[in-house]
Amino acid sequence: MPVPELLVTPTNINDILPLIEAGADAFVIGEMRYGLRLAGEFNKADIKNAVEIAHNHKRKVYVAMNAIFHNEKVEELDSYLQFLQEIAVDAVIFGDPAVLMAAKQSAPNIRLHWSTETLGTNWYTCNYWGRKGAKRAVLARELSMDEILEIKENAEVEIEILVHGMSCMFQSKRPLIDNYFQFQGKQMEVRQSGQGYLFLYDPERDNKYPVFEDENGTHIMSANDICIIDELQELVDAGIDSFKIDGIFQSPQYIIEVTKLYRKAIDLCVHDSNQYEEEKDQLLEKIIAMQPQNRGLDTGFFFKETVY
Amino acid sequence: MVQLVDKISEIRNGKRVIVKKPELLAPAGNLEKLKIAVMYGADAVFIGGQEYSLRSNADNFTLEEIKEGVSFAKKYNAKVYVTTNIIAHNENIPGLENYLRGLEDAGVSGIIVADPLIIETAKKVAPGLERHLSTQQSLSNWRAAQYWKEEGLERVVLARETTAAEIKEIKEKVDIEVEIFVHGALCIAYSGRCVLSNHMTARDSNRGGCCQSCRWNYELYRQEAGQEIPLFSDNDVPFAMSSKDLNLLKYVPQLIEMGIDSFKIEGRMKSIHYVATVVSVYRKVIDAYCADSDHFEFKDEWLQELAKCANRDTDYGFYKGLPGYQQQLFNESRQKPSHDFAGMVLDYDEETKMVTVQQRNFFKIGDQVEFFGPNIDNFTMTVKNLYDEEGNMLDAARHPLQIVRFQVDQPVHRYNLMRKENVHAV
Repeated sequence: MPVPELLVTPTNINDILPLIEAGADAFVIGEMRYGLRLAGEFNKADIKNAVEIAHNHKRKVYVAMNAIFHNEKVEELDSYLQFLQEIAVDAVIFGDPAVLMAAKQSAPNIRLHWSTETLGTNWYTCNYWGRKGAKRAVLARELSMDEILEIKENAEVEIEILVHGMSCMFQSKRPLIDNYFQFQGKQMEVRQSGQGYLFLYDPERDNKYPVFEDENGTHIMSANDICIIDELQELVDAGIDSFKIDGIFQSPQYIIEVTKLYRKAIDLCVHDSNQYEEEKDQLLEKIIAMQPQNRGLDTGFFFKETVY
Repeated sequence: MVQLVDKISEIRNGKRVIVKKPELLAPAGNLEKLKIAVMYGADAVFIGGQEYSLRSNADNFTLEEIKEGVSFAKKYNAKVYVTTNIIAHNENIPGLENYLRGLEDAGVSGIIVADPLIIETAKKVAPGLERHLSTQQSLSNWRAAQYWKEEGLERVVLARETTAAEIKEIKEKVDIEVEIFVHGALCIAYSGRCVLSNHMTARDSNRGGCCQSCRWNYELYRQEAGQEIPLFSDNDVPFAMSSKDLNLLKYVPQLIEMGIDSFKIEGRMKSIHYVATVVSVYRKVIDAYCADSDHFEFKDEWLQELAKCANRDTDYGFYKGLPGYQQQLFNESRQKPSHDFAGMVLDYDEETKMVTVQQRNFFKIGDQVEFFGPNIDNFTMTVKNLYDEEGNMLDAARHPLQIVRFQVDQPVHRYNLMRKENVHAV
């Protein structure tokens, strides 16, 4: 049975080695100038450094270029891609076709992963981006287990899903928090700072949605963290290619510990599914015990019906 | 003597005349609205079919209705586009080919599409349909426009997040038809990148289930060191993310000069009164500018006319740059338009000067009413008498769709609309 990749998001360069020890196979890094909702900022030097460390340990580094680009940035995509190709990053994650155009022109050998987060909802479209050069499609988080399995069955590209962490529900180009404070006549530092985070409280559902602003706009995140550490067997059996743990808003210690638990879960699914059945509830319990205040766990849309 | 001065205009009899007129594209939530939009001056309408469209609450068109709409539009040289801009799931794949073939057979000019599944399937099974990239793809730069051109799309609808300068640059750099939104409600998020409805109400926003969670009120807190610190005080309004509606009427001349191919009015859920009013105002401004651009003067009465059907404040969206709080609504309940739709003209007898009107809202003897339509100048009059179909005297038109007659001294025509001032409006 093929072993799915365990993909994680380090918050800074110092996380890479401990995450490798914890069992990560690959990393998503980048900077907000080109990438969306990253767990940390990695400038070019950091990326180069990360690639060296990862490659020394036969691990992979994917760089996020999945922003929605406006004219002002599209002409610099080429040089960034050339740099990434030169330092041999293992893939670039894109959503905007402008990146595809730039890659074709300036970095034709770079491996591409398609991800817009919300638009990867059917197998045909995954394969479409495959025909345009993507080797992997990252699925929307709003899909059921059955939909994911059907996509995998029909996919000609690798399939990546989020198995753990926060997911994005909303991206606006507008600085909505800043606008709110300005409307109230208040001065407030709304950019992400070291300590704490902002959230929107939804009284009707009693939910707390983390919200933040950066140069890509305003992002609203899910109230709970997805966690399907106890539901992996079917996905592993189906051959899903990559399981991602998103560490945005989490501490390095948390990401490292969660990575260890998923490493164990995946290895059990592959090598000893009976033992996985035995241990999966304990694995879940361990994650529950680690959850920060205010962050509940749920299974996202894996078992939830959506209507329209 | 005709003299070409630039790509979009020529000099005729000493006047600079715009020969590359933009398409005025209007929403049509049902067949009646389609007819009104076309008669009031839309060059094209967009409608939703029973499937694959993004407004599951609209009373969408059956294939028979689409055919009827297409043949009606044809008489006015107008086109019909069908929105098929859902982000499809696997379960939406079966049936797609037949649906698209049906649209092509019905004589539809094009489809508005976002998902590559539908883009490619249409090319394969219904090549007669033009494919216009939906704003659901949030197209925001010229290289992405170039990509979709190379994919063979006839037109791209830009993201509502593009500024005037960005729109202009995209149009200059890429030889593809460009459509932009000029009027109507705006998503506060990048289209296609908002799944609030999915998470909050299990309704898929990218398949038409959007329940506008963005317009609900929230409370903003900071989570820090185990504490939840409210970032508002008792007197503050709740956190809200509601955008004022878009209104680019003043910038119609600028957009024409940029060579923008299509001006889109949003609002398949909007009333017939709204559609008629907005379409006719944009029609007037486009025509006035194109007829003699050098002597064009913007009239404030055009904006006043738009206010008669507006139920939300309007602003320029992203046109002039990143919107601030001035482009949002905080804690404001929906305002009433200054005027209510009162009736539609069915007939007018020139000899007796009696109009036959289908009632759409209560009105009575003594009310001031305003008539408007594509072939008359607006005028206001007082209702002096009122009769039902049998000729019985009435004091008021009380019943929805009731047929009534009364005297109107100036000629009006079938499909002219009648509105009255909304006494409750502020």
